[in-house]
Amino acid sequence: MERSRKFRRIGVFEVFNALLMLAVCFLTLYPMWFVFINSLNAPQQAMLGTVNWFPKEFSLASYSVVFNDKSLMHGFYITTLRTVIGTVAHVLFTAIVAYGMSKSNLIGRKIYLKIALITMLFSGGLIPSFILMTKLGLYDNFWVFIIPAMYNFFNMVIFMSFFRTIPDSLEESAKVDGASDYGVLFRIVLPNSMAVLATISLFSAVYHWNDYYQGVIYIRSQDQLPMQTMLYKIIAENSMSFMQQQAMAQFGARLPGNSIKFASMMVATLPILVFYPFIQRYLVKGVMIGAIKG
Amino acid sequence: MFQYRTGQIKTFFRQWQLQSMVIPGIIWMFIFCYIPMFWLIIAFMDFSIAKPMLQSPFVGLKHFQDFITDDRFWRSIRNTLGMSSIKLLLGFPIPIFFALMLNEIRTIRFKRTVQTISYLPHFIAWTIFGGIMLNWLGEGGVINQLMMALGLQDREILFNSDAKYFWWITYFSDTLKETGWSAIIYIAAIAGIDPGLYEAAELDGANRWQRMWHITIQSIRPTIAILFILAVSGILGSNFEQIFMLKNNMNMKMAESLDLYIYNMGLVSGRHSFSTAVLFVRSIVALGLLFLANYTSKKLTGDSIF
Repeated sequence: MERSRKFRRIGVFEVFNALLMLAVCFLTLYPMWFVFINSLNAPQQAMLGTVNWFPKEFSLASYSVVFNDKSLMHGFYITTLRTVIGTVAHVLFTAIVAYGMSKSNLIGRKIYLKIALITMLFSGGLIPSFILMTKLGLYDNFWVFIIPAMYNFFNMVIFMSFFRTIPDSLEESAKVDGASDYGVLFRIVLPNSMAVLATISLFSAVYHWNDYYQGVIYIRSQDQLPMQTMLYKIIAENSMSFMQQQAMAQFGARLPGNSIKFASMMVATLPILVFYPFIQRYLVKGVMIGAIKG
Repeated sequence: MFQYRTGQIKTFFRQWQLQSMVIPGIIWMFIFCYIPMFWLIIAFMDFSIAKPMLQSPFVGLKHFQDFITDDRFWRSIRNTLGMSSIKLLLGFPIPIFFALMLNEIRTIRFKRTVQTISYLPHFIAWTIFGGIMLNWLGEGGVINQLMMALGLQDREILFNSDAKYFWWITYFSDTLKETGWSAIIYIAAIAGIDPGLYEAAELDGANRWQRMWHITIQSIRPTIAILFILAVSGILGSNFEQIFMLKNNMNMKMAESLDLYIYNMGLVSGRHSFSTAVLFVRSIVALGLLFLANYTSKKLTGDSIF
C-alpha cells in the first residue's frame, strides 16, 4: 500500500498537474512582475517598447517623477484618507446596526429585517442615485466616498450571525454589573469578535483603496480625486497630470510616459501587495462565512 | 389586543438603546436605497435636475417607446448577453477545473502556496489590471510578441482598437483575474467531502478519474448548481469596472453593455429620464430572473438563496 502510493506520487499525472499549477502561479504573478520591472526601467528605454523579463536599464527616475507629482501624491493622500475613514465608518456603523438586529427581543425586528432584505432585491440604480447625491450636496464632495458606503447588507448579516454565536451568559453578566447595551457591545461583544471585525475591515479597506468608479461619477474637481481615478484617467483616457507633462518635456520624446505609468501603478498597488500575505487568510475566511450565509 | 400593543410600545421605549442602534441603519436604508427606488418614477417624466423634485411634467411611456426603438439599446442588449454567455459557458467551468486539479496536489505546502498566489489578482484594482491588459494588447505588447513568436500571426494587431476582439478580451482578462478567487468556494466544498468515500472507492478499484467524477464532482454538485443558477440570473449584468477600463471609441460598438449604455445616456448625454426608463425595466427583469433562479434552485437541489 505504502509502496503503491509512492509510485503514484511521481506518475505522469502528478508531473503534469504540478506543471499546470506552476503555470497558474506564473500567469497570476507575471502581470504584477511586468508592472514592477517596467516601472524600474529608464524612461528613455521605455519609449523603445516594453520589457518582458528584466529592466533593460535600471533606473528609479520614474519613481522620482511619481513621488514629485503633487497631484498624484494628493490623490494618494485622498485615497488613504478615504480608506481609513471609510473603513472605520463602515465597520462601526454596520456592526452597531447588526448588534441591534441580532437581539431577538428587539421590537420590530421582523419589519426591520424585511426593510433590509428588500434593498437586496430591488434598487434604484445609477441615475436615481446620482440625482440623490446631487440633491444631498454630495456631488464633488469627499463624503460621497464615505456615507453611501457606510452600510452593506451582506456584511450586516455576517456580523449579525457572528454576534448571535456569542454566549448570552457573557453579555448577561456584564448587564448584571450595570453595563448599558452600548457598554456590552463595545466592551464584551466587539472584543470577542476580532476575527470577523478584521475580515470586514479588510474587505472594506480593499474596496475603498481599489475603487475608481465613484471618483469618475461623483468627483469633478482635481483636488478631490482619489489616486485610482487619476490612474484611470492617465491609463484609459491617456491624459497626463501636470508633473508628468513636465517630465515628458524633460525626457523629450512622445511618451516616456510608459515607465512613469507603471511606476504610478506600482505605487497604487504597493499597499495591497505588501499587506496581502498577512491579510489573505482573513479575506478567505470572509468569503467562507459569506458563502455559508448566502 | 390594545394591551398587547401598549406593552410593545413600553418595551420599545425600554429598549431605546437597542432601537437607537438599529434605527439609524433603517434611516440610512431609506435615504440611500428607498429614495432612489422612489425616484425611478422620473422614467415617466421629463425630468430636469435643475428643477425641484416632482415638478417635471409626466410624459407617460414616451421614454420607454424611445429606447425600445433605439438600435443602440438593442446593440447593448446583444453585447451584454454576448459577454455574459461567453463568461458563463466558457468561464464557469474553469474555477471548478482548477479546484479539482489543486485538490490532486498532495504536498500541502505547495497546494497552499498555489492557492494563496492564485487569488492575488482579485485584489488588484481594475485600473491596474486593465492598464496591464491595455499595454499587453497594444502595439509591441506581450500578446503580439507571443503570437508572432508562435507564428500565429504575421503582423501586429491592435487588439483593443478592433471591436471584434472585445468580448474575448473581457473573457480572458476576467479569467486571468478571477479564477483563483472563484475557486475558493469549490475548494472549501471539496475539503468538506468525507475522506472515507475515497478510501472505499480506492478499495473497490476506482481509478483517479472515476473518483474525481463519481465522488468529488457528485459531492460538490449542489454548490455548482447554486453558483450556476446565480450566474444565470446575473446575465443582464456586466463587470462595469472592467468594461469601463477597456472600452474606447473604436471598440464601443461591441463594448457598450447595458450598464455602460445607461451610464452613457444618463450621465454623459444627460438624458436622465430616458436612462431611468431603461434602468426601470432592467431592475424588474433582474428581479424576475432572481426569483426564477431561486425557484429553480429550490426545485433542483432543495436549497434556495432566500
